[in-house]
Amino acid sequence: MKRVYVNENWCLACHLCEYYCAFANSGGHDMATALKGVKLHPRISVEEKDLVSFAVSCRHCQEPLCVKSCITGALTKTDGLISIDRDKCVGCQTCVLVCPYGAISPAEDGVMQKCELCTKNGCEPRCVQGCPNAAIVYEER
Amino acid sequence: MPINFLCPEYEVVRDYDRCIACRVCERQCANNVHSLIKESGKMFADSSKCVVCHRCVSLCPTRALKIVKSDHSFRQNANWSAKAITEIYKQADSGGVLLSSMGNPEAYPNYFDRLLINASQVTNPSIDPLREPMETSVFLGKKPTELVRDENGRLQNNLAPQLHLNVPVMFSAMSYGSISYNAHESLARAAEALGIYYNTGEGGLHEDFYKYGRNTIVQVASGRFGVHKAFLESGAAIEIKMGQGAKPGIGGHLPGAKIVGDVSRTRMIPEGGDAISPAPHHDIYSIEDLRQLVYSLKEATEYKKPVIVKIAAVHNVSAIASGIARSGADIIAIDGFRGGTGAAPTRIRDNVGIPIELALASVDKRLRDEGIRDEVSLVCAGSIRSSADVVKAVALGADAVYIGTAALLALGCHLCRNCQSGKCNWGIATQDSQLTKRLNPDIGCKRLINLVSAWDHEIKEMMGGMGINSIEALRGNRLMLRGIGMTEKELEILGVRHAGE
Amino acid sequence: MSKYVIIGNSAAAIGCVEGIRSVDSTGDITIVSSEEHHVYSRPLISYLLQKKTDLKRMKYRPESFYDENHCDIIYKNTAASIDPEKKSVYLSTGRSLSYEKLLVAVGSSPFIPPMAGLESVPKRFAFSCLDDALALEKALTPTSRVLIIGAGLIGLKCAEGISGMAGSITIVDMSPRVLSSILDEDSSKIVQQHLEEHGLKLILSDSVDSFAGGRAILKSGQSVDFDILVTAVGVRANISLVKDAGGECGRGITIDSSCKTSLPEVYAAGDCTESVDVVTGQTRVMALLPNAYMQGYCAGRSMAGDAEAGFTNAMPMNSIGLFGLHIMTAGSYEGETYDSYDNGFKRLFYKDNRLVGFIIAGDTSKTGIYTSLIRNRVPLDTIDFPLICERPTLMAFSKETRKEFLGCAR
Repeated sequence: MKRVYVNENWCLACHLCEYYCAFANSGGHDMATALKGVKLHPRISVEEKDLVSFAVSCRHCQEPLCVKSCITGALTKTDGLISIDRDKCVGCQTCVLVCPYGAISPAEDGVMQKCELCTKNGCEPRCVQGCPNAAIVYEER
Repeated sequence: MPINFLCPEYEVVRDYDRCIACRVCERQCANNVHSLIKESGKMFADSSKCVVCHRCVSLCPTRALKIVKSDHSFRQNANWSAKAITEIYKQADSGGVLLSSMGNPEAYPNYFDRLLINASQVTNPSIDPLREPMETSVFLGKKPTELVRDENGRLQNNLAPQLHLNVPVMFSAMSYGSISYNAHESLARAAEALGIYYNTGEGGLHEDFYKYGRNTIVQVASGRFGVHKAFLESGAAIEIKMGQGAKPGIGGHLPGAKIVGDVSRTRMIPEGGDAISPAPHHDIYSIEDLRQLVYSLKEATEYKKPVIVKIAAVHNVSAIASGIARSGADIIAIDGFRGGTGAAPTRIRDNVGIPIELALASVDKRLRDEGIRDEVSLVCAGSIRSSADVVKAVALGADAVYIGTAALLALGCHLCRNCQSGKCNWGIATQDSQLTKRLNPDIGCKRLINLVSAWDHEIKEMMGGMGINSIEALRGNRLMLRGIGMTEKELEILGVRHAGE
Repeated sequence: MSKYVIIGNSAAAIGCVEGIRSVDSTGDITIVSSEEHHVYSRPLISYLLQKKTDLKRMKYRPESFYDENHCDIIYKNTAASIDPEKKSVYLSTGRSLSYEKLLVAVGSSPFIPPMAGLESVPKRFAFSCLDDALALEKALTPTSRVLIIGAGLIGLKCAEGISGMAGSITIVDMSPRVLSSILDEDSSKIVQQHLEEHGLKLILSDSVDSFAGGRAILKSGQSVDFDILVTAVGVRANISLVKDAGGECGRGITIDSSCKTSLPEVYAAGDCTESVDVVTGQTRVMALLPNAYMQGYCAGRSMAGDAEAGFTNAMPMNSIGLFGLHIMTAGSYEGETYDSYDNGFKRLFYKDNRLVGFIIAGDTSKTGIYTSLIRNRVPLDTIDFPLICERPTLMAFSKETRKEFLGCAR
């Protein structure tokens, strides 16, 4: 299955992935109007220290602890894709407690959100499209 | 000091309705132009630091930025231009030689733009390159003048070593040091994929790139940096650099700040020391001396590799080329005065040398006249900007062209002409690891392949239009060109007739 | 006869069904459920009262789950006994089911300490299943004075659940601390203050001696008037079914790493079992939904013939939100500590070059990175320990490990 992979050698810590993610999931048509003055809750986040940086988003684990631990059944895995039914989620954050990558976080409303590879946005992952240096790629490995 | 204040030539203009203060401009600018004003949450730009590299403009996700020419001006003066005035201010302030980079930007005549290409109509058929074979590959090197047979009548191989190019385009010499590791990797991988060659420049060859040796031209220049036996043996050809179009008559100077780590190891010089390439080769004062170096290099590599001699296009270039053709060199590369550089004194770059179009035509004619054109192949360089320039250069006598600036543009260069600062925001002309990582060779290589492949298609289209199906048949074929808006003298030197004739 | 019989219908049972189906797509499965609800998530009952979920959304699996997985379900039935010789289960209704493989996932029951006069309290509730919650909700009025016995996970989640629906809430616990099973002294103080700020009345180090109508007399002599009583002191694993059949039990049903009990072809999973805590190496009951599901899943695979199936890294952990404050804990609280009060409270426990536990209240982002350090027993000298103390980040791992994490299919 195609997944998002990150190569820190090419990450520039520009944080564009976060903005493209937030934009893709905002449902807006123009980034300027969609994100202006908005506190961002991207589903991918850049970790930085000194000269090293890289983006982290859901790895869509083969044995996903988040799905197994979810107390509501909101997190499910279908055809390799781990997605969340935000309607079912109550924000207990058990998934945050178990995700080894720190890739799940609450949205503005406290309900959890995670990378779903833009499958609900009808496009290829926007973080990948928005990365200026192919530090984030979407491919089969 | 107010007297040395220079109003920025360009201004950063931000559309605050579109700016979302994502700070990508701030993070991507090595010149610290952009910053976030904490109090207001708004971005601020200091235009005086901007070098117009467009990195911020390109990466701004909301298209909120543009760089515009300032309308601030001195009092109009046809003689004392703003450039002339500000250069005086700079030198009065610093007392130093003005430095510039990339090619001569001044408005000298461009003869490529005054040449028009022919096409077939009625009396000879044009060729559709999608349906008919079309040969853009060329061989560079000395061509035999006669067939030689042994006592049994069998043909003997008397062919000198050749370079085979799938497209008559090569990447010109840019040293590791002047450009980054990732830029080199992009060039090397693209050359391999395209079946052409890239050139190490005078910086040696990084050990990681020996594997691209079959597509590498290794350069020996006046500083001899990075030259050793394995280096000479690693390449497909050896180039002796006598001169460079951007700075004829002077040597090179890579500041110590760039001689770090692998660059120092590859050049075989101490870290932090300036790398000075002398103006002349101290062992070459005549064609005879050059011949010694040519044959030393051939001897060292068992006569298996063609030797290229590269010179800058200067006033008596055809006589010089004639001498080189007799020195044993297999290929002559001529670099015109619009060729690029990582750093050159401004006055040299902008005032010394001649256009490649005139130099090329004159050299080709001279070698033909002397009956030694087949002794050497001709490669021209110095601002080949498009496939049309390639076709025109071939018709003026070139076997192939070198592209440097065009290749860098493909890698992301925006011609801000600040290579000498070492703070290239596109990760090309820098050794700062935070900047070099901006050029991912996977992307760079792909873009170079795209560029040259696109040119190859266009060259075939233009050749087909002329009813010509191989570079061989186009080379030196001046009948395929007509001049426009040129004097008799210019037409005479180029060897072409005026449009309408 | 059904190939697989599962007693219980909660997380462990569902894990078992999914485990079986990942190996065996056809073998018959029969589930015996004591309740008459489609599978729902027990911990959600407090969220139900808070209106953060509803009966439809709190289903743990979709409506079609049993059909899609070809399961027969027998509602409102409990297992009375197991005959491991005959490979049969006898239900409370007298019906018997024979099995090839049996899973016991019967959970736990609320434990109610003896209190004089308890029987005389008319509005008295437990808080462990959906029916408890629905009954409690029905009894509540905006002026109800609620007394909750127990300031543990269940009692406090209950308090949060009903806080908008009751007049007042008083909680009594014999421990001097709230959440005494998962918090230490410092962290419980922070949580206690937070709870009190949200209007809960906490009476600690005290317990109910007796009830007299609508009044509870505490051991200290203090008395609390109330309309509604919720008992949430704790739970005990339901072990009798296996114990009576001759199976080995401690505080919970004894299972091995593939979730097998000492009885042939009988497996057990979830809150009714005890298993090895990967952190301490000790055997204990870890009544947590994630563990229940993972044990059930492991049991299912094992029952369906996967000899490799094993669940060996169970550990205690909790994520609990109370009135907007998120608290996460894991592992055991021993060894040296690292404290930070920068974004709430954080205390890491480390020992013998391993992270062994943590208590975090407030900023819980990326806490799973800490959990994985404990679960995977990562030697701390292989990571940037000062950095990871400061914040949970993948940056603390080596470049090679980061490449494995982010550049490979995991």
